[in-house]
Amino acid sequence: MIAGWGNLAVPGRERLSEQLERASAEAVLCRGLGRSYGDSSLPPAGHPEVLGTRLADRIVAFDQESGRIRAEAGLSLFELNRLFLRRGWFVPVTPGTQFVTLGGMVAADVHGKNHHVEGCFGSDHVLGLKMRLASGELVECGPEREPELFTATCGGMGLLGHVLEVEFELRRIPSPWIASESRRIGGIDQFLEALKDASARYPYVVGWIDCLSRGPSMGRGILDAGRWATAEEAAGRALPTTRRLTFPMMLPSWALGRPSVRAFNTAYYWKHAQQLRRGLRHPDSFFYPLDMILHWNRMYGRRGFTQYQCVIPAAAGAEGVRRFLELLSSKGGASFLAVIKDCGAESRGILSFPLPGISIALDIAVRDDTQALVDTLNEALITMGGRIYLAKDAFTRAAHFRAMEPRLERFLAARARFDPARRIRSAQSVRLLGDRP
Amino acid sequence: MRVTILGGTHGMGRALARRLAERGDQVFLLGIEPEELARSAADLQARSPTQAAVGAALCDLADPSTFAPALAAAAAALGEIECVIVTAAIFATQEAMEADVTRAEALLRLDFTNTVVFCEHARGLLLGRGGGTLCVFSSVAGDRGRKPVILYGAAKAGLSAYLEGLDHKFHAQGLRVVCVKPGFVKTGMTAGLRPPPFAGEPEAVARQVARAIDRGTPVVYTPGIWRWVMLAIRWLPRFVMRKIGF
Ligand SMILES: Cc1cc2nc3c(=O)[nH]c(=O)nc-3n(C[C@H](O)[C@H](O)[C@H](O)COP(=O)(O)OP(=O)(O)OC[C@H]3O[C@@H](n4cnc5c(N)ncnc54)[C@H](O)[C@@H]3O)c2cc1C
Ligand SMILES: NC(=O)c1ccc[n+]([C@@H]2O[C@H](COP(=O)([O-])OP(=O)(O)OC[C@H]3O[C@@H](n4cnc5c(N)ncnc54)[C@H](OP(=O)(O)O)[C@@H]3O)[C@@H](O)[C@H]2O)c1
Repeated sequence: MIAGWGNLAVPGRERLSEQLERASAEAVLCRGLGRSYGDSSLPPAGHPEVLGTRLADRIVAFDQESGRIRAEAGLSLFELNRLFLRRGWFVPVTPGTQFVTLGGMVAADVHGKNHHVEGCFGSDHVLGLKMRLASGELVECGPEREPELFTATCGGMGLLGHVLEVEFELRRIPSPWIASESRRIGGIDQFLEALKDASARYPYVVGWIDCLSRGPSMGRGILDAGRWATAEEAAGRALPTTRRLTFPMMLPSWALGRPSVRAFNTAYYWKHAQQLRRGLRHPDSFFYPLDMILHWNRMYGRRGFTQYQCVIPAAAGAEGVRRFLELLSSKGGASFLAVIKDCGAESRGILSFPLPGISIALDIAVRDDTQALVDTLNEALITMGGRIYLAKDAFTRAAHFRAMEPRLERFLAARARFDPARRIRSAQSVRLLGDRP
Repeated sequence: MRVTILGGTHGMGRALARRLAERGDQVFLLGIEPEELARSAADLQARSPTQAAVGAALCDLADPSTFAPALAAAAAALGEIECVIVTAAIFATQEAMEADVTRAEALLRLDFTNTVVFCEHARGLLLGRGGGTLCVFSSVAGDRGRKPVILYGAAKAGLSAYLEGLDHKFHAQGLRVVCVKPGFVKTGMTAGLRPPPFAGEPEAVARQVARAIDRGTPVVYTPGIWRWVMLAIRWLPRFVMRKIGF
């Protein structure tokens, strides 16, 4: 059996290889560190083996002057940070976990807390990709070279071809510390205002809101903003190594019922005692708070969980966000804090997720009614012109996906050109695009 | 430390070479594929705190005539060699080798005879400069004859015995012999097999082995728990070993 981060398993296995060039010729799909929540890294039923890339992790070239780096697709962001953060370099875009591979970051065209200024990792920052196409051909593509292949690959969830190498530029950072500011905010309207305000002042902004509170405190939460600390602010303080705990076992499913989640959310909100807190923070705690506990996904038990992440377009306004939260709490989507972000401009990646507006992401433990809940949320989303994030999805129906993706035709045209037989496919593409299992 | 490593392109050798390069040791790679050597050298260079260039030379465990020139190239590039590491080896399943005795012969030759011959060259070199460390990857498979790894285990048993003898004879002359006995580790070598409990990761192995090299620990089980697993297996009576599949 093999599963994504949400622990929803299907029959299958991962075959690891250090040599992607050799191993990719026959592969039906690549899988990095399996941090996508749903079924995007899972094999179709008819070909139950995916190519595990995480051992293919060599740095091919690094230029100390420009920060330009080329590496094999299985290199993890954790490793990159371990090697380069203390040397004064950082990736231009990071997702909320560092246990991802470069290949996975390109395939999902990941966004970070700085989306409003830097866009997505793949389409806005990658300079070149070496790929193995379904035909067996090896090609090099980038923003200028084979742009159709490139833009379909960034955000294309591994379906256009296997990424073997990724080239991009690391950024110089003035110190390895983050100067951050976090605020407690009492309700959704103020929250959206504060997001806007912080986004104008800081490159990194994200919020956590409590989806269980209702009435005037609906959408209360904590807003976190930050930037790299200057050398003077950091004053030469060395960055300590982070110690991590491991979640030891699967919890029983009842453990995460509404009462315990409500208690957690309330505690999280009030733990933030002052209204405003400023200071230097370790980048691990600022960017990757969830990575502190390895295997935290076991908390959701054997039935697993899914993440619902969508973007509500700016046009739907604060009203749209409020309606969405009301719908959520009326349907009882009991969740720990939801992550809320302000997204910037749409990227070139044909299926890249972000869109100007508000992104909301929440974890949902799988129950009998999860499909119905996701359907309801998707229907509301479609009327607002929003879309979901494929890297998190496990439940969206093909018809709903078509309705929220006017860009799908363009993506399918690119796929028809590079893989007419749709040989490269995943459990997700079977579900959403009707590929043969 | 100035170190040369045969097998540093992949698996545990790759992880170990990285660990050493990252802490500033000077590394020289030996292996069979020029392209793989060049890629690994670039990877190690990017990881080195000083961006020190990493050299490489061809050395084929299947061809002992390559051993002396390869070690000479390493010595020339590094100035002198303080530590020689051998992780290179091949693996084949017991079934595959029972079905085809030429495969059995190839494995026995590479993993035992030629590995020992390579170590003899390295020993000469290290003793010639007054000592140094010889770190060689054997296996827990050599600790007891077991059904799934009879031939591979026999080669590794021979290798472990050789390394132990070296330690006894040359310790006083400054030769530090480190015999590494990995249990199951998730590398390319084991990619087709189902990982048992206590399967290890190459990075953790590298950490443990680097420490053993620094201290001159003669025998290292890695992950550490395999010391106790093998202790138990060595004590199992023969009638039990005949019954179980392990
Ligand atoms: C705690 C947590 C926080 C997260 N936060 C964010 C966030 O803030 N922003 C964000 O954008 N995402 C976020 N994610 C999602 C995550 O960044 C993406 O799912 C990412 O793709 C995972 O990378 P991976 O290496 O684990 O890929 P996998 O999950 O293994 O695979 C994901 C997709 O990439 C494809 N793929 C992987 N490697 C290759 C390759 N070499 N060639 C072609 N296709 C390939 C797979 O086929 C699959 O479709 C988060 C996930 C977690 C668990
Ligand atoms: N993995 C395990 O579970 C395990 C368990 C017990 C013991 N071991 C032992 O630990 C050591 C390392 O194993 P590993 O899993 O890291 O192996 P690996 O990933 O297969 O790496 C083996 C290395 O040996 C090199 N090599 C193979 N044939 C060679 C030859 N003829 N000449 C020169 N180099 C050659 C390979 O280079 P190329 O790829 O370029 O050919 C590769 O760099 C081996 O001695 C193995 O027997 C492993």
